[in-house]
Formats: sequence, structure tokens, C-alpha cells
Amino acid sequence: MPRLVSHPDEVKIVTRRFGQGAANIDKYIELGGYESAKKCLAQGPEWIISEMKASNLRGRGGAGFPTGLKWSFVPKQSAKPKYVLVNGDESEPGTCKDHLIFLHDPHAIIEGTMIAGLAIGAKIGFIYLRGEYRYLIEIMEKAVADAYAKGILGKNIFGSDTEFQIITQSGAGAYEVGEESALMESLEGKRGVPRIKPPFPAVVGLYGGPTVINNAETIATVPHVIEMGGAAYAAVGSERNGGTRLFGLSGHVERPGVYELPMGYNLKKMIYEVGGGVRGGRKLKAVVPGGSSTPVLLPEEIENLGMDFDQVGKAGSMLGSGGVVVIDDRTCIVEFALRTISFYQHESCGWCIPCREGTDWLKKSLTRFHAGFGVEKDIDNIQYLAENMMGRTFCPLGDAAAMPTLGFVKKFRKEFEDHLNGKPCPFAKHVELAVV
Amino acid sequence: MSLETMTIFSPQLAARLDALVAKYPVKRSALIPMLLYAQDEIGYLSDTVIAEVAERIGISELDVRNVATYYSMLRFKPAGKYNVQVCTNISCMLRGAYDVYERFQEELGVGHKGVTPDGFFSLEEVECIGACCWAPAIQVNYDFHDELTPGHVPGILAQYRSKADNEGKVPHA
Repeated sequence: MPRLVSHPDEVKIVTRRFGQGAANIDKYIELGGYESAKKCLAQGPEWIISEMKASNLRGRGGAGFPTGLKWSFVPKQSAKPKYVLVNGDESEPGTCKDHLIFLHDPHAIIEGTMIAGLAIGAKIGFIYLRGEYRYLIEIMEKAVADAYAKGILGKNIFGSDTEFQIITQSGAGAYEVGEESALMESLEGKRGVPRIKPPFPAVVGLYGGPTVINNAETIATVPHVIEMGGAAYAAVGSERNGGTRLFGLSGHVERPGVYELPMGYNLKKMIYEVGGGVRGGRKLKAVVPGGSSTPVLLPEEIENLGMDFDQVGKAGSMLGSGGVVVIDDRTCIVEFALRTISFYQHESCGWCIPCREGTDWLKKSLTRFHAGFGVEKDIDNIQYLAENMMGRTFCPLGDAAAMPTLGFVKKFRKEFEDHLNGKPCPFAKHVELAVV
Repeated sequence: MSLETMTIFSPQLAARLDALVAKYPVKRSALIPMLLYAQDEIGYLSDTVIAEVAERIGISELDVRNVATYYSMLRFKPAGKYNVQVCTNISCMLRGAYDVYERFQEELGVGHKGVTPDGFFSLEEVECIGACCWAPAIQVNYDFHDELTPGHVPGILAQYRSKADNEGKVPHA
């Protein structure tokens, strides 16, 4: 079972019901659950959207788009049905926060989905979980069935004449399906390849209808925003970055775990105080701040770094999914870069050539390089390849592979050079044979 | 020739799949979960599974195959009764996932996508399974096991062997 952790600096908003048995609907209600949905039903869509805008809640999947604004893009009138889509295809390496939400607070997901539905005028919400999360899908399905049994979901929610239905869906193993348009394709029973945008999902989404798609953490946060009030929620975080974030500390950290901290929390403090420092008292070498697609940061870059979308962006990386991966001084960055790019090569759907070919060539180059058969020119070639993938694909997977690669090569060029000319890797014990 | 008389699935699964096609605004949305549930029972997507799923959804077998080949959890040949999936992605790698993976290879005598001769276990190196903060982690079928060291490996395998013993259908390793 995933271990729960806690730290005095945490501000427990989204995680406040964790470990309290709130997967049980009666417990969830006892702890104040479904009051926000009732309030939203009474107040109506404009009020909901204005609270969401005031909250400065930004998309927790990684892009950080303001949630209230996203909802406001959905046309009021639509010939086709509108949909809410919850993205629980959590698969960005370093990220396991939604795992805990589904496990400990599934009704918060349901309630958030209902509120999104009320805001945009949708009657159906879909909750899509990655296929590997089977035990969590079962928890979600039970929670949905319980909500129907209590009349919280159905033709007449809370006894009103408003209808809201929820359908849970299982994926079957595909990182790419975490991209919003690919997720819609997958939900329509197709290969999960991305769609060209525009049109954006708010106008033409699932089954061609206007669709709001939000990350599971975003959706689970919504009932709390309503409960606290948008302005009060915003005040917890930093400028233009409302509230808290579920940061997943992993890798070479003494106390790994998912911690709920205010937006803007200092990264160095997060690693050394919340996480207890680098494991075994080793020296910090690098940090991946927001899941494997975000460019690596050096120890000197995290000194005064507040963890919100704007500050991490200014530092040349991204807040991403909030998955903070701590790397100690005994790690080979070339091996780390190779493992990162191997993932993106495996997950590229092959739809766009720069991504399909680029990830493959990067993997080949890095494999050869790490095995000690690289040549000086390879370092520039790796950089050239990565630069030519950027911004040239339908979806951000190409960028997600290129960005961290560029970071590794630029910030650890010396370490790449150390691998040159047949020299064995100075760190790693798992040297792969070069087959290219 | 109705599906009720022709189905290759158990009555429970057949009923579940019947309910699944009625669940969505568009029938085809049932395709991916249907393939997964069918695989859970049959072990892999055999020609007969593909044929029945195609008929249930009302699309061609080629269309089903075209979709199924996209998803990494779907397979076209049998895995072991217990499929051991070891995550070696970054967070797990940093905490010794390759040592765990090597130990599984030694204990089982098979490599990536290998199946033990008795068909009891198979082994797979997989991408991130969403247990990064409890690394290194693995899944055996759908069960998670986390915060592992190589020393945990024999115990995990024994656990599944005795589980099958209790069900009274064990090929012994």
C-alpha cells in the first residue's frame, strides 16, 4: 500500500480526508462532502466560474492553464451534448499524486466532476484512469455506484430536476493518452493519437461535443475551492498560482512521499526539510522539478526557487506535474538521460515524424554514448536533434522528450565528454550494449 | 446464431460485456476496456477473442487489431498466470529497480517478456506505473508491491505460488 507521509509545513486541503476512510460515502458526507456540489447547484454556472477564476487554480496536469478560464470557453448553447472529462491517465514518470486521490478520496473526484458539469452545462462526466490502476478503478466504480444509490448522481441530483451521470473508463497502457485529444480518441475506442488543434476541446471535443478536460488533481481540488471560497483558496498560494499542490518527492530523498504544500514553496526547503535531505547524507547533484519531461535544475538553481508555474518557468524549467525527482552525486546523468529518453521513445505514438524519429535517434545516440562509443560530434548532434523536435508535433510529447534532453546536455556537458572515446561510464553499473 | 450461445467467455464476463456496450453514448467506447477484461479472463487476445469483441462492438476484426496493437497492456500471446512487471523508470531506477529486476530474472530464469516453462510466471520490464514515491515498485498482474529490495523477490514469488496452491491448481516450479 502506498505510504502516507506528513510534514508540519503541509497545508492539507486536497489531502485533508486522506487516511480517514472517505472512500466510504457516508464518511465522505460526514466530513463535509457533497456540500460544495449542493451549493453549486443552488448558485448556478456563472457563480461557479467566477469562484473558480478567483481561486487562481491552474491545471495540475502540467500545463498550468487557469481552470476557471478553461471552463468559461465552453459555449453556453450547443447542438451537441457537452462533456466533462477527468484525466486520470497519470503516467508522467515521477508522478503518483492522483494514485492517492483515487485511493483515499474518490468522492472528491465525483463531486469535482459534478461541479464542472454544472458550470458548463454538461450532463455526463467521464473519469478515465490508466489501465494499470485497476484497484483504483474498482474503488472509483464503487464510489460512483454509491453516489447513484444515494441520488447524488442520476436524473435528479439531490432531488432537483438537474441530471448528471458519471461513467468510469479504463485505459490499457499508453502514456500518450494522457494528452487531452489523444484521451478523447481513446475514449472513443480508437488508437490514442492526438488531434490537430484548433478546434480546441472546449468547442469540439469528445464525440464532437464541447468538452472540458481536467487533470484528476484539478478536479479533486474543485470542491475545496467552492467550500473555502475562491479568494480564500487563492490566498493560500503565491501570485497567480492559487492554493496548494500535491508534490511527489521521489528518487534519492530521505523521506519520499506525496506532500501537499502551498504553491510557491521553496524547492530547496522541500528537499532538505520536508523530504529530510538527500538519502544517506549524499550531495545533491540535480533535481527534476515536475516530472520527467521538465528540464533538470542544478543545486545552485534551487536556492531561492519557489515552486509555482511562473517561478519555475522563469528558472528555465517547468512545474509540470509536481513530481520532484532528487538525484544524488553518485548518479550518471548520461544514464539518467538515456532512461528518460527510452521512455519517450517507447511512448511516442508515431503520429508525428519529428517525435517518432527524434526520440528513436536520441535513444540510439545516448545508448551508444553511454556504452562508451560516442564521439565528440554526438553531443552536438543530440542537441541538434532535440532542438529540431521542439514545437514541431501535434502534441507536447515531442517537446517532453526534447526539453529534458537539452537540459542534460547543456548543464552536464562535461559529464557527457567524460564518456567519450571508449572510456567506461564513471558511475553506472548497468551499461547497456551498444547495438547501433 | 446469438452471442449468448456462441460466447467464448464465462457467463459472468459475458454479462459484464453486455452491460459495457450499453454504458456509453457511443458503443465503440466499450472497445478498450472490453479487450482488457477479455484478456484478464482468457490470458491474451486470441483470434477468437478478437472475433467476438469485433462482433460485440460491430466493427471489423482488423479495426479491433488496429486499436489493440496501440496499447501496451494488451497482448497477442499468453503471459504467465502471474505477470511480474518491474518498473525501471527514473524514480524506481534511482532506488535500485534494476537490482530488483535482475533478481527476478535470476529467480525466474527468464528475461524481458519471458515466460517460465510451467507457464506460471512471466516477467516484464515496464514503464512508470505511478508508484514513484514508493519506489522501487512492481505490479504482479494488477497488485502493487512497493518499496522493494532484491531480498523481497523470493517472498513475493512464494506468495503467488502458495496463492495458487490454495486454489489447488499449481504447477510447481
